[in-house]
Order: sequence, then C-alpha cells, then structure tokens
Amino acid sequence: MSTETIKTTYREAIRAAIREALLRDERVFLMGEDVGRYGGCFAVSKGLLDEFGPERIRDTPLSESAFVGAGIGAAMGGVRPIVEIMTVNFSLLALDQIVNNAATILHMSGGQFNIPLVIRMTTGAGRQLAAQHSHSLEGWYAHIPGIKVLTPATLEDARGMLRPALEDPDPVLIFENGLLYNMEGELAADAGAVDISKAAIRRSGKDLSLITYGGTLFKTLQAAEGLAHEGIDAEVIDLRTLRPLDTATIVASVGRTHRAVIVDEGWRSGSISAEIMARIMENAFFELDAPVARVCSAEVPMPYPKHLEDAAIPQAPGIVAAARRVVRGHE
Amino acid sequence: MPKMVIETCSVEWLQILDEDGICDEELRPPLSNEEIKKLFESMVLARTFDEKAFKLQREGRLGTYASIYGQEAAQVGSAFALRPADWMFPAFREPGASFVRGLPIHMILQYWAGDERGSQIPEGLNDFPITIPVATQIPIAVGVALAAKVKGDPIAVMAYMGDGATSKGDFHEGLNFAGVFSAPVVFVCQNNQWAISVPLKRQTAAKTLAQKAFAYGFPGIRVDGNDVFAVYRAASEALNRAKAGKGPTLIECLTYRLGDHTTADDASRYRSREEVEQWKTKDPIRRLKKYMEKRNLWSEAYDQAVRSNAKEKVERAVRVEESLPPPDPRDIFGFTFEELTAELKEQMENFLKVDGKERSESKDVLYG
Ligand SMILES: Cc1ncc(C[n+]2csc(CCOP(=O)(O)OP(=O)(O)O)c2C)c(N)n1
Ligand SMILES: [Mg+2]
Repeated sequence: MSTETIKTTYREAIRAAIREALLRDERVFLMGEDVGRYGGCFAVSKGLLDEFGPERIRDTPLSESAFVGAGIGAAMGGVRPIVEIMTVNFSLLALDQIVNNAATILHMSGGQFNIPLVIRMTTGAGRQLAAQHSHSLEGWYAHIPGIKVLTPATLEDARGMLRPALEDPDPVLIFENGLLYNMEGELAADAGAVDISKAAIRRSGKDLSLITYGGTLFKTLQAAEGLAHEGIDAEVIDLRTLRPLDTATIVASVGRTHRAVIVDEGWRSGSISAEIMARIMENAFFELDAPVARVCSAEVPMPYPKHLEDAAIPQAPGIVAAARRVVRGHE
Repeated sequence: MPKMVIETCSVEWLQILDEDGICDEELRPPLSNEEIKKLFESMVLARTFDEKAFKLQREGRLGTYASIYGQEAAQVGSAFALRPADWMFPAFREPGASFVRGLPIHMILQYWAGDERGSQIPEGLNDFPITIPVATQIPIAVGVALAAKVKGDPIAVMAYMGDGATSKGDFHEGLNFAGVFSAPVVFVCQNNQWAISVPLKRQTAAKTLAQKAFAYGFPGIRVDGNDVFAVYRAASEALNRAKAGKGPTLIECLTYRLGDHTTADDASRYRSREEVEQWKTKDPIRRLKKYMEKRNLWSEAYDQAVRSNAKEKVERAVRVEESLPPPDPRDIFGFTFEELTAELKEQMENFLKVDGKERSESKDVLYG
C-alpha cells in the first residue's frame, strides 16, 4: 500500500466506490429516487449520470416498494443493482420487500435464489430534519436473519465497504449516517475494498471498552480523548457490521478492560445496544468489574429544534460522564 | 375555453370459445390438433390433481391446500404461451400453470404438506416458488424483467396474482414501475371474484380490473378466464409485445373460484349456492371437450385414457412425496445466508442436540 493520500470527504468516498463498481462490472447499476439528474438527495451520486448515462444511473418513480422489489428481482435476474433509499425512515415503505422477501428468498427457495442486492440509505439525526427523516433503525434491521447490515463510519469504510457488499451473494444493507457526509480527511490514494467481517479497535485502552458504530464513532473517540486527560484510558471499538456481529472482538476487549459502555444513536429498548449487553453477559460476565452502561438517544420521536435534537442524541460529554461512572462508580 | 376529452380508455372483452363449445374460428389461435389436446390434457391433469389434493388434506396427509377448481383454463392457457427461457412468478394458486411449465407434481404436494424442499425449483426451470404474502411477487417479477431488458435477453416474465392482490400497494407500485421502464412483463390476474370472503366489489369500485393498466400507460384486456383459447391468445400476444420491446400488458382472466379459499375455509358461510352453481355451467374443461368432439379430437376412449393417465401421474406423485425422508433438522439453517455465519453455526450446533442427544434420534425430529 502506498503512503500517498488524498483529501476527501465521506460523501466523495462513497461516490468513488460507486464509480469504481460501475467501471469494474457492467452489470452494476444504481437506482433510486432522484439519483440521476439531481445527484441523490445527499448529493452522493452527483456527476455519475453524466458519466454513465440513464441506464446505469436510473431515476425511479417515487415508489420504495417497487424499486426495492425490482432490485431483488434484478439481482436474481443476473445484474447487480445498488438501490438507494433516501433515508431509513422511507425504507419502512419497503420493509415487506426487505424482510419478507430479500431476507427469506434464499430460504424459501431451498437455496435456489441468491439475492446479491445492495441497498444504501441514510440514517441518523443531527441535521434538523425532524422525526420523520432522522431515526436510526439500523439496529432494527440487524434483528433480521438473512440480511447483512454494514455501518461505515470512517473514510476507509465509506470507500471500501461497497465492493465486498456487491460481491456478497446475500442482500446487504449499508447505512450511511447523514452527519458524516461532509466529514473531511485523508484517505490512501489507492484505498479500496475492506474486510467487513470484523469490528475494528479504533483506539486501544486498558480501563474500559467504549463500543459503538456509525455516526457516534467520532463522538466516542472525542470522549476517549477527554477521558485520557482525566487518566482514564478507554478502548474504542467500531462495530462496522451489525449483522453478523463480531462478538469475539467485543468479548476479547471486555476481557482486557473489565468495563464497557455502549454508545448507540438508536433507542435503547429492544435495541442493538441491548443485544451487545446481552452478549457481554453471556460471554464475559465474570470478567466484569462494573455493570455495563449505555448511552443512547432519548426515547422520543426526534425533536426538530436544534438544541433539543442535539440533547436527544449521544454527545461526547454524555459519553464521558457514563464512562466515569462505570470506572469510578460514582458521578 | 371549451372542455375537451384528452384521453379515453376502452376495455376489450375477449371470448373465443363459449360455454357451449362454439368457437369463433377467426379469433381461434393457430394451434395444432396436438396442441389443443395438450391444453385439454393439462386442464384434466390440473383438476385431477386438485381433487386428489383436497382428499389428501381431508385425510390428514396435507396441511392446507388452495383449490384451483374452475380456474384451470386461466392457468393452463397462460402458461402454455410461455417459452422455457421465459420466467414465471406464481402467486399461490397456480399449480395448473406450474405443471405446464414442468414442475414435478410431487413438489406442489410437498410444499402444502409443509416440506419446504417443494420450493426448490429444479435447475433449468425459470419459475419462482409460490409467494404467500399477497402481491409482493409483483415488483420482484418486474425486476427480473428489468434485468432481462438491461442484459438484452429476448425473454419475458409472467407474473400471476389474484383479484384481491390488485388492491395492494405492490400491485400499483409494480405495474407503475413496469410501465415507466417498459419492462417485458405480462401480468396475469386471475379474477376469481373472491379474496377469501371478500367479494370483488369490496376490492374496487372500478368496473374491470383490466382498466387499471391504462393508468400505468399500457394495455389491459379482460378475457373469459374459463376459455382456454382466449387466455392463450391474449397471453401469446402480450408476450410477443413484451419481447418486441413494447412493454407490459395486464390480462384480467374473469373466472370463478368454485372451491373454498383453502381447505381451512367454508365458503358457504359467505356466498350463495346459486352463484356457485351458475358458474359451474361455465366449466372450462367441458367447453373445450365439446369443441374437440365436434372436431373429432375427442372420444370416450380418448377421455378415459386422458383421465386414467392423469390419475396415474398424480398417484405416482403422491407416492413419491410420501416416501421422501423427512428433511434434516440441519436444513433450516442452511439457507439463511449463503455461508453459515459464526453465530448461526453455534445456534445450529445447539439446535441439533436435545437433552444431550442428537435431535434426529430424538422424538422431536422437526417435521417428523
Ligand atoms: C399481504 C397479505 N395480506 C393478507 C394475506 C392473507 N391472505 C391470503 S390469500 C388472501 C386472499 C387473496 O385473494 P386474491 O388475491 O383474490 O387471490 P385468490 O385467493 O382468490 O387466489 C388473503 C387475504 C396474505 N397472504 N398476504
Ligand atoms: Mg381472488
């Protein structure tokens, strides 16, 4: 790998991944609402229509169930669709196609029909888009056997997760946290496919494990820096893939630190954060020196006012406070 | 400014063979005598199968079963127009069509007996398994058609649905999408006038289902669904249209569900005997028989031979189905992902043991 880097954004990294996929494999096409002329509602596909034309950057009718269902059929039929859904909230209109069909057809056909479909969508809050555009339902999707759930947080993952997703014979959902699109940074000039089977330790530490993914990764890393000034050395785990979940990395980390806080922008009841806690109980209970804690969103529809929205989702100070409680047992 | 009519739509009704077996020779599709016999034999097979499946269920040898009694022409006529390379998406009431396509008879029995291996479509048969969630197969079928178009495959897709399905969002979204992209797909709606206990007038205030196609920008036609020639003709024309790049067609086959919704239903609770008896006079098999008799294609001896042949095929399928070993408990884990994930592997290993014993050796055998 070369050491040469380029300055890029999360949005551009995803676009580069889509572009590479279109160039690499003529069966690949992108479809969804406003992905063509408009460039996607978060400008991810901007410019791709001019380069690849309307057959491969396909604007669809406003019809989530149709274009997800047609994506399933197209994948079965031997092409490689990337379906873009504007936000996770609108994916609910296609829930039947995703849960009842994409996730079950391999089983229902006794192994006859793979669904190598990739569905990308925006998730998360923090952009003042109110309750019907801002939820984090990726944990919900992770509840469903038969689909894989990816949550790229870093530039490397934004650039590198699409390729293994397209090569996967199973349906893959990619959740792009809307707050990350403008994130800027350096990316290796030759960045490409990444391994999606493992969680990543983004910061090593010995005092506690902060377990997170997606939009809260950088807030958690920021919290870890703050904690370091207080003499608390936090390890930060980026789950990256919510199904299948890399339990081994979580359990090994907790085995070293004996304490854990889970940070998840989703709601806490019946959530992926609850699932991670359960796995720690099942696999590392006797390693624990303190109860596991979590920092999640307030269990209300996402507020519209900026200050209330910010207060309703996990932020670095809240993560720091939770970590302190777990480490010191007070505050 | 005066008001003007800027668009009108008209719905054609196609009937070629009437209830008395009188045929409009000008409209009759150019089928050879052998092909006409094949249509007859396929409908007899479908009905023979239906009667047997019903009995098996009553004897406790099948779980549930959805009868096709009365709908044989709609299924056989449409599937007969398909080529092997075309794709076929059934709803859940199309064994008549599946047999024409070449699905082994025992597999439909297997499915309704609760053995999912009945959905393992044999290699080389471009059929999708039965879809139970109503209408959800429609957008998927459209996607397969879109893929064919993208790849330049000279094929078309046929998607079946009931009248109840036309009220679903997937019907609207799927047909609209197909219209926009001019996908090579033919929608065959078996309007049997009932969706469980809900009559057609509770599904729509529209006069026909066929007219819905006009709103999506492609033709819709209503055919006599008990007239195998009319169904075949409409299906052939629609498939040719699709393959010529002219886009989708909706074919509404007006027919009637002579049986209960499924073996778990008793239709006498919600519809009159007179209505059912009235529809029995429109029997699709009888009218083709009358026509064939006039053309010297039918005789008592031929009829006997066709029926005993069908019976034999069905009995053989029952024997095959009932002699299959039960599915391995392992099978339920095999097809969630292409490769077993670590967490599923662990769950499977636990599942395979009951009280420390192998599940397959215990009384708890799944499907056992
Ligand atoms: C989405 C969905 N809703 C409800 C059902 C339960 N259900 C099974 S069959 C059926 C009626 C279907 O009627 P129709 O489309 O006319 O087909 P038919 O049974 O007449 O062949 C219903 C309501 C279902 N399977 N899927
Ligand atoms: Mg019906």
